Amino acid sequence: MRLYAVVAAGGFRRYATYRIATAAGVFTNTVFGFILAYTYMALWDERPQLGGYDMSQALTYVWLGQALLATCAMMGGGFEDELMERIRTGDVAIDLYRPIDLQMWWLAGDLGRAAYQLMARGIVPMVLGALAFPLALPRSPGIWLAFLVSVTLGVVVGFAVRYLVALSAFWLMDGAGASQIAFLAGLFFSGMLLPLTLFPGLLGEVARALPWSALLQVPADVFLGKHTGWGLVEAFAFQGGWALALLLAGRLVQSVATRRVVVQGG
Amino acid sequence: MVFAERSRLVEGVRAYGLIASMWLRSTMAYRASFVMTTLGNFAATGFDFVAIMLMFAHVDELGGYTLPEIALLYGASGTAFGLADLVLGSMDRLGRRVRDGTLDTLLVRPVPVLAQVAADRFALRRLGRITQGLLVLGYALVTLDIDWTPLRVAMVPLMLLTGAAIFGAVFVCGAAFQFFAQDAAEVQSSFTYGGNTLLQYPPTIFAKDLVRGVTFVVPLAFVNWLPALYVLGRDYPLGLPEWVSFLPPVVAGVCWVLAGTAWRAGLRSYRSTGS
Repeated sequence: MRLYAVVAAGGFRRYATYRIATAAGVFTNTVFGFILAYTYMALWDERPQLGGYDMSQALTYVWLGQALLATCAMMGGGFEDELMERIRTGDVAIDLYRPIDLQMWWLAGDLGRAAYQLMARGIVPMVLGALAFPLALPRSPGIWLAFLVSVTLGVVVGFAVRYLVALSAFWLMDGAGASQIAFLAGLFFSGMLLPLTLFPGLLGEVARALPWSALLQVPADVFLGKHTGWGLVEAFAFQGGWALALLLAGRLVQSVATRRVVVQGG
Repeated sequence: MVFAERSRLVEGVRAYGLIASMWLRSTMAYRASFVMTTLGNFAATGFDFVAIMLMFAHVDELGGYTLPEIALLYGASGTAFGLADLVLGSMDRLGRRVRDGTLDTLLVRPVPVLAQVAADRFALRRLGRITQGLLVLGYALVTLDIDWTPLRVAMVPLMLLTGAAIFGAVFVCGAAFQFFAQDAAEVQSSFTYGGNTLLQYPPTIFAKDLVRGVTFVVPLAFVNWLPALYVLGRDYPLGLPEWVSFLPPVVAGVCWVLAGTAWRAGLRSYRSTGS
């Protein structure tokens, strides 16, 4: 357990090294936050209460999206390129010798990365957004806490999906195609382009049931106080269920893949 | 002097063509991968328009504009951006080259550095973005009931080319900026990708100061807002005279002079990392 804490701290420190890149990311998140906020204002001007949100809740949704984009790695980025490269070159064989759990090792590092991204690329755009627009920030500390839990679960779901994507390199060798599909799904089905409550009919129902909604839609709804009491438990169970299922799927695929590595001889 | 400048330009274009065709051949070695990534490129940008269509499932107008009108803005900006991205989209890798020292290799070759950086990893899959922009533009032109005059007809292709030139100048300026801030590729993205996203919506939905900023400071409004609103016969929210809609070629020219100056200043200030 201590080992994984050290790995997580390493993941945090590793991203904290790139200060200019972080500042540039904050700038980009803020610019996109402004552009999206104005488009949402035009939309909610026409249709107040659209998707169950009032104007300030919709604007809050925009800035939460910018705050969580890097945290939950909705557009990819983070560990999967590195893992795919290790699989492609065969270096992964060395990782498999190590007395650690491969999946937990990468998860710990990714949690460290996410913690840094939330603090660095989450807080500043959110504050700037709150200064420029009337945001609906929760007053109760309980909601903030529930939000952090929800974000953490979202990060784990995001990790589990990307771990599966990375493992596909065992079969595809070049993971670019799988990465691209995951990136598209992450962007569209997380609710990054538009809240999933605005997706019509069956498309909406499917989108809200898919794992990607755990990355933004669910944490945002927790933040906006849409889930309380048992509803909150249900929301956590939804995220936790996907996290568990996808992590287990990752283990399964990994054990199949590992056998392949041994056959190939690395 | 003029002759020397021109021959250097010819030389640059020639070098660009050679490097780009080399990358093209290497991409075509894996045709299935090329088809997949092109489709992905198409779908990635297509989702933006799907999001706009989902918005219009709930409303009839956004900022006073109908879906076909927004499609015209979207298609024009998307195509212009796609063209600039195809030709110069690799420029955002400059920061990495400065960091890891591989820019030095380009400096010793007897070919303009700009051409080498721009053609590096030339990616034909970016045609996906252009195709998507053209399809939306086509949809707009078919559905819209425009009072066509020869000037309005001419404005459409002109808008795409000058728009691409303006976006291209932004790409070069962004790359020049990375000579100083080596790790800040995302700042460039917020002007290129961010600018493209902004221009896909009508100017009426943004704050006046933001519209002024992209008209007079970073003149992105000349990519599509001003010419497209002329085609649509609508007024620009800042109340500019109509002839301003015909300025995009001039604006593009000025942008390129500035981009060239910025690029030269950046290149001159370059100090190798030594690694």
